[in-house]
Amino acid sequence: MNTTFLEYVVFFVASLMMLGGAIGVILFKNPVHAALGLVLTLFGVAVQFVAQEAHFLAAVQVIVYAGAIVVLFLFVIMLLGVDRAVDLSIEPISIQRPLAAVMTVGLVGLVSAAVIKAGDAIGTLNPGLGLDVAGEITADGQNIVSNDGNIQQLARNLYNDHVLAFQLTSVLLIVAVVGTVLLTRKWPKQGAAT
Amino acid sequence: MAQTGSCDVIAAVEPTWYLIVSSLLFGIGAFGLLVRRNPLVMFMCIELMLNAANLTFVALATSLGDINGQTAVFFVMVVAAAEVVVGLGILVSILRRRPGATADDLAELKG
Repeated sequence: MNTTFLEYVVFFVASLMMLGGAIGVILFKNPVHAALGLVLTLFGVAVQFVAQEAHFLAAVQVIVYAGAIVVLFLFVIMLLGVDRAVDLSIEPISIQRPLAAVMTVGLVGLVSAAVIKAGDAIGTLNPGLGLDVAGEITADGQNIVSNDGNIQQLARNLYNDHVLAFQLTSVLLIVAVVGTVLLTRKWPKQGAAT
Repeated sequence: MAQTGSCDVIAAVEPTWYLIVSSLLFGIGAFGLLVRRNPLVMFMCIELMLNAANLTFVALATSLGDINGQTAVFFVMVVAAAEVVVGLGILVSILRRRPGATADDLAELKG
């Protein structure tokens, strides 16, 4: 029971969670169950993030996706009252599902072939660096290892190199919030206003 | 390393595997987006595809030792949150007017 074996177990269990949840999203008849399958997929992705030393992103994944976005989905499902099972055997466009299957198999096959062909180039180029250590190198050439090195590296990169994009993100969120409020507001009828 | 068990001869988990798993996830999301009729489930499939892209970013950031990939994932998450908020707002205002509408029913703009 060495670390490599544990890495394997974590990888395969998390992959099974991801793919099983994703298949559940597209096969469950009830939208509530599909949303719960989405939660399973998001947790699997968070586990993969932890396995690749992206600790901050794993936390954000759980908080933002599983905590906020899925709750928003469930809230809208309950609010609209569409939490009924639908019959998935109805095919409005008869040839659509075979065509979609062919496209999906082609897409996955092409991407996987490209990944396998490029396998040597994307191998572990910097196996000893790690994104979980603080970015400072001491005089004797050692990286400073701290408990929150990933957050430090990410923050340094975000607030130095991408600060304009970070500011534009706030504009995007404001626009999204204002737009949603305007979209979903019930306007008074014409003439009914005082 | 001593060849004591079958665990020792296998290589470590490679970034290629993460990329293949994320391509599978992307494919499932794309298939669901094409075949499902419920607009809410279609949004969930878009989230699946975004997560597949995020996993690719993180795998390559780790294997190349470049933190920029994780920063990109951060921005993708923010944009995904904004997109879900706006999309569900549009969906609420559509379904309030026409209860039980599927993606096929929303064809007023068809010529």
